[in-house]
Amino acid sequence: MTSRRLAPYLFIAPFFALFLVFSLFPLVFSIYLSLQQWNPAEGLHTMHWVGLENYGYALTDPWFWDALYNTAWFALVAGVPQHLVALPLAFFIHRRFKRGRDLVVGAYFVPYITSSVAIALIFTTLYSKDYGLINAALAELTRIPFIGSPLASLTALKDGGGIDWLGDADVTRPAVAFVVFWRYLGWNLVLYLSGLQVIDKDLYEAATLDGATEWQQFWHVTLPLLKPMMFFAVTLTIIGNLQLFEEPFILVDGEKGVSSSVMTTAIFMYRTAFSDGDFGTASAMSWLMFVLIAALTWVNARLFGRDPRSRHGSR
Amino acid sequence: MARAERHWPAWLIVVGGAVLLVAPLYFTFVFATHGRSEIFDNPPPLWFGDAAPSNLRLLEERLPFWRNLGMSLYVASMTTVLNLLLCSLAGYAFAIYEFRFKRTLFAIVLGSMMLPAFMHMIPSFMVMDALGWIDEPRALYVPAAASALGIFLMRQYIGSAIPPDLIDAARIDGCGELRIFWSIVLPLLTPALGTLGLITFIASWNNFVAPLVVMRSAENYTLPLALRSMQAPNNTEWGALMIGSAIAMLPLLVAYFFSARRLVAGLTSGAVRG
Repeated sequence: MTSRRLAPYLFIAPFFALFLVFSLFPLVFSIYLSLQQWNPAEGLHTMHWVGLENYGYALTDPWFWDALYNTAWFALVAGVPQHLVALPLAFFIHRRFKRGRDLVVGAYFVPYITSSVAIALIFTTLYSKDYGLINAALAELTRIPFIGSPLASLTALKDGGGIDWLGDADVTRPAVAFVVFWRYLGWNLVLYLSGLQVIDKDLYEAATLDGATEWQQFWHVTLPLLKPMMFFAVTLTIIGNLQLFEEPFILVDGEKGVSSSVMTTAIFMYRTAFSDGDFGTASAMSWLMFVLIAALTWVNARLFGRDPRSRHGSR
Repeated sequence: MARAERHWPAWLIVVGGAVLLVAPLYFTFVFATHGRSEIFDNPPPLWFGDAAPSNLRLLEERLPFWRNLGMSLYVASMTTVLNLLLCSLAGYAFAIYEFRFKRTLFAIVLGSMMLPAFMHMIPSFMVMDALGWIDEPRALYVPAAASALGIFLMRQYIGSAIPPDLIDAARIDGCGELRIFWSIVLPLLTPALGTLGLITFIASWNNFVAPLVVMRSAENYTLPLALRSMQAPNNTEWGALMIGSAIAMLPLLVAYFFSARRLVAGLTSGAVRG
């Protein structure tokens, strides 16, 4: 029989044991790694202290800055629209959908639960230059009068030549960003819907009595009350997008470096460690990214006027 | 109905958007039933074909596919069972007991959720290497055996669903602490266990980075890794790859279909009251 005083410690012990071995120790170890250098072919015994050299090396590597730029670009272009679309969409579904609502929300959420690898693979075929469905659909659209010809000149679809979505550096980044947007839109929609559900209906009634239009209600009632949820959702997007790996990795074969325009810092880190065997520099990069994520989360907390520590506050 | 009419463009956008979001998944299943040449017809096929059996044969030629499927199933099941047990235990401790350092320890649990996953990539690889776990399935399920999110969700649920009087009554009857958890509390947690189980299974099933880093031999690949390994610069067998993707997605879609409402509620319950 377990004593009542000892029991709680016993019950939480497995988590903390796993946390120590597989999370905390690796993290501390990675600080140590980031200050070391060794020859991967010769083994760990060639390890020697280099101080901050790895950090300096990463920070002066133009590839690192390119990767950082790509990552920031993805965070903005794949991230901001997720919220600009999900928020009004959630508001509209919340106010107008009664029947069929679960079905619609379910459809928006499905991409989030499906395998990112399977998704990247299907998009690879849809994006195919000569035979992909997306170019076929665009070509079809150019035949429509009025919108057709401007579209054709805009997208260089004339003469049946399709857009090389995953090969042309100019369009590859937006193409990959779209897949990320597509995948996480439903997640944000669900977050905002659950935020909307806890807003008191009386507030809308009072606003309606005061003659507020629906737009005014959205702006003056919904948005301010949704601020905590916006903070939560935007934080998740920042953390998620700055770690972007799978979508560009599979869509544009990030391993072989076919397209440096979509190489994110996470992919660059992976390559530095596992292709070049430079674990020290890769660890230094991970800590540089950590500082960046922490800083952005802090800025986000300031913007939304809320202390991040209070998010999980006592309840 | 004047109100609804005024909003029909918005309705159209919402429903059209939903269709667009589901379309790529639909095409995964359509392409799974077509050969490579048909997939890249112009225009591509919009309806199901009859090449599924030959695609499957190709897939079996190129990959130890059923073994990869079994590996995914094994790793995801182990991760899920361990999580249900360990997270409900820890969540129960945090919800019911009073003990020293409780707040600090719970803060550590929550804080660990905030750590970016890629920070672990390199050092965990070296830990696995040191343990001799490279290319072993346990390198995937042991580190994932208890999640902070799981503990958080279980604590929330136990706090609202298990009356403390029930536990006191059991104690008066002379029931041991572990016995109380196992015979009285655990059966009452079924709804929350279902949600957590689904979340954990999906996350493990879809995980790509962890197996990419630790798995070495093609027989030990999980499905996402195996499918990616079929991608070749010029002669990818897209039909086979699509049927593989369809099979990889199917269990999740079926599970989702039956539990969408509860899953969505479970995923966001941590956030709602924030």
